[in-house]
Amino acid sequence: MAASTERQPDMGAVNAGVSSTRAASSAPPLALRILAECPVSKARACDLTLPHCTVNTPVFMPVGTQGTMKGITSDQLAELGCQICLGNTYHLGMRPGPELIEKAKGLHNFMNWKNNLLTDSGGFQMVSLVALSEVTEEGVRFQSPYDGKEIMLSPEQSIAIQNSLGSDIMMQLDDVVSSTITGPRVEEAMKRSIRWLDRCIAANKNPDRQNLFAIIQGGLNAELRKACLEEMTKRDVPGFAIGGLSGGEAKDDFWRMVTLSTDYLPRTKPRYLMGVGYAVELVVCSALGCDMFDCVFPTRTARFGTALVPWGSLPLKKKQFAKDFQPIDPDCHCPTCERHTRAYLHALFKCDTAAMHHVTIHNITYQLSLMQAVRTSILEGRFPEFVRTFMRRMYPSQETYPSWAVEALASVNITLD
Amino acid sequence: MRLELCRVLQQCRRGVLLDLGNSGVHSLELPGCLLYTRCGTVPHLTHHTLSTLKHLPAATQLTLDSLGEHQEVLEEFQEGVRRFAGLNDTLLFCSLHDSAVHHPPGYTTNKTVSVWGSGGRMELTVAQYMALQKAIRPNWYQSMADGETRQLNPARKRVCKAVDRTLSHLDECLSLHFKTEELSGAEIFGVVEGGDVSEERVRSARETAKRPVGGFVLDGFHTAAMSQELRSQLITAVVKELPENKPRILLGVGHPEEVLACVEAGIDLFEGFFPFQVTERGCALSFSYTLDPNPERTVFERNGSEVEEIPQHRENETQENWEQMTRFEINLKDKRYQDDFRPLVVGCGCYCCRSHQRAYLHHLLMTNELLAGVLLMVHNLEHYCGFFCSLRGALESGRLDAFKRMVLHGRV
Repeated sequence: MAASTERQPDMGAVNAGVSSTRAASSAPPLALRILAECPVSKARACDLTLPHCTVNTPVFMPVGTQGTMKGITSDQLAELGCQICLGNTYHLGMRPGPELIEKAKGLHNFMNWKNNLLTDSGGFQMVSLVALSEVTEEGVRFQSPYDGKEIMLSPEQSIAIQNSLGSDIMMQLDDVVSSTITGPRVEEAMKRSIRWLDRCIAANKNPDRQNLFAIIQGGLNAELRKACLEEMTKRDVPGFAIGGLSGGEAKDDFWRMVTLSTDYLPRTKPRYLMGVGYAVELVVCSALGCDMFDCVFPTRTARFGTALVPWGSLPLKKKQFAKDFQPIDPDCHCPTCERHTRAYLHALFKCDTAAMHHVTIHNITYQLSLMQAVRTSILEGRFPEFVRTFMRRMYPSQETYPSWAVEALASVNITLD
Repeated sequence: MRLELCRVLQQCRRGVLLDLGNSGVHSLELPGCLLYTRCGTVPHLTHHTLSTLKHLPAATQLTLDSLGEHQEVLEEFQEGVRRFAGLNDTLLFCSLHDSAVHHPPGYTTNKTVSVWGSGGRMELTVAQYMALQKAIRPNWYQSMADGETRQLNPARKRVCKAVDRTLSHLDECLSLHFKTEELSGAEIFGVVEGGDVSEERVRSARETAKRPVGGFVLDGFHTAAMSQELRSQLITAVVKELPENKPRILLGVGHPEEVLACVEAGIDLFEGFFPFQVTERGCALSFSYTLDPNPERTVFERNGSEVEEIPQHRENETQENWEQMTRFEINLKDKRYQDDFRPLVVGCGCYCCRSHQRAYLHHLLMTNELLAGVLLMVHNLEHYCGFFCSLRGALESGRLDAFKRMVLHGRV
């Protein structure tokens, strides 16, 4: 049941920034094949074919901010089964800069990564990391934290950098506002994001080999979200992201905005929920119909010594693990669990960074295999049962299930009793 | 354990140690270096990244500095560091100190030595020292020693005291060693002290050689302690007192030029901390050590400008803030590598050089990314172990002088 024409993306195109052919009308370098849809919920399992390889969805995408996955080599990451990871346009645009990456023949080549890359627009970091930034119709004006120079990141600029990076999926520059604010600024940001989408589409030099995703905005206001969805889905973009969430808003608002978005998004295009990465959110939002997720949490928490397990997490630096001679998760088959115990990792955290690498490898494996399990259960038509088993393992009792998750799952007909 | 010498030139020995370890399946080529670890791990590396290396040393070094604080855990674990750290079937040698770490003087008494872990200083009597070895279960370990003469210019009286104490520690260690079931099959290496006093060095060596030790550890010769000339003289005097059939490990020396001189003076084994130190300062070993370069590499050198880049040693590169940087390495933090898309060393077959370019390493260092340490460690280990491998080849074919010229001057 292929949902779109199964055109093979142009695998030959590697050299970033050379072609300037405008191919707006030709098919994008992406094909989504829906393999199965859950008969109960909105969950779906797809094969998303991108220029560097096919991605099995639902998928978690680890974040390699500066062109590296935090101490893991690109070979290790590929061996863990990662088919797509993220790079951050803001960081890479600053250091080493788009000119250098272009000289290196793109980010894939620079970091020696054979699978797919997704890059963000840089807008989020600018608003969240840089103190002095100002948003105008032209773009985001900010001061470089490295040399103090004033820089303007316009939609055209963001796409130009992403074209130099050569990512398989680029994100539009959006006007990011905090998910907790209300009032006219939310509407202004949403409308501006639509205008910026059009500028991004026009600026893309490589539509034949780089996919540009739109980002749905509208804060926590259902009417604004709907208006944004209606406008943006009129554009012929290869995929959509649900943005402006996962920024500290109430979970009740969060899931309602997610499910509203997937209700309106076209079935035939991939849906990427930005910034989501806790296990329960991944499972619930897969049920709500999202295909792609990213989050720094699993790799960041690993460096602080916390390992993710099906029943929660293990803070390995705590004394309670000093004499615990089991692997992190006895059922896990990652290279860390096959060789090392909690006690050894506890000891190693006191003297070497390799301890972080071991836990990073485990946590990436945990995230990828969780999504693999979600996918398999959808393919085998037993996703609701998978969700129930997952919740029973993750929480000590039904009373401790987060109410938002129970409600969100109930909204797609998955009951947890 | 059996030492077979296949070639001896003056004091310089090319040989192989056979029937090593509990299973007796290990062998160790000499001269060689040990695999440097902290807490049983090669810094920055996981089993996966370590296993990409081709010339891994057959013996791994552990230190009480990094393991002492885990004694209680190891005792409860009961199966030794090999199992605890998930190490491969490698020979384990346990020394007192981590030579890559500076130790403050003044903490050695007539009954104790001190080690420094993450939780601070830990004092060890001979009994505690041996209890720790029993928990670690190495194949070889050095006896407890008074290494205070590692400090510059100790008084002769202090040097003499260090030799006496070290011998008495050795006797106590030996007596406990033979009573400890967990250490049956393991070998104690006696420690030769004596600072820069030739008579004391000879006395220490002669007395130690009378004991039932498996081999010898030469302590107090580290790079900052003395000139290479003096070091060579003293080592020459020491090895004359040592039996030919037992290995000699030198502590605190890793610099390639010093390694060559010490091999000529009769040393068999070195520690492996040098490539780690190079890694920590953001540098990559780049010196030439191949007498018979492979054809591909030769073509490279004839065709390109590579030839001036690799073997040449740039003395002025040390100007920056890298006082300790040696002429055997390049500093990847240098701006000149920003857009240099060559591997660290053209023709090098390590994972880093096969997969990445100098510009990427420069970027990783400038952004303080963890992968910089991983990739540099892989390259530096491969390069350093390759150097020892070539050194053995040069000794076999009687071309040590040409090898020295290649390493020291970049040409035969």
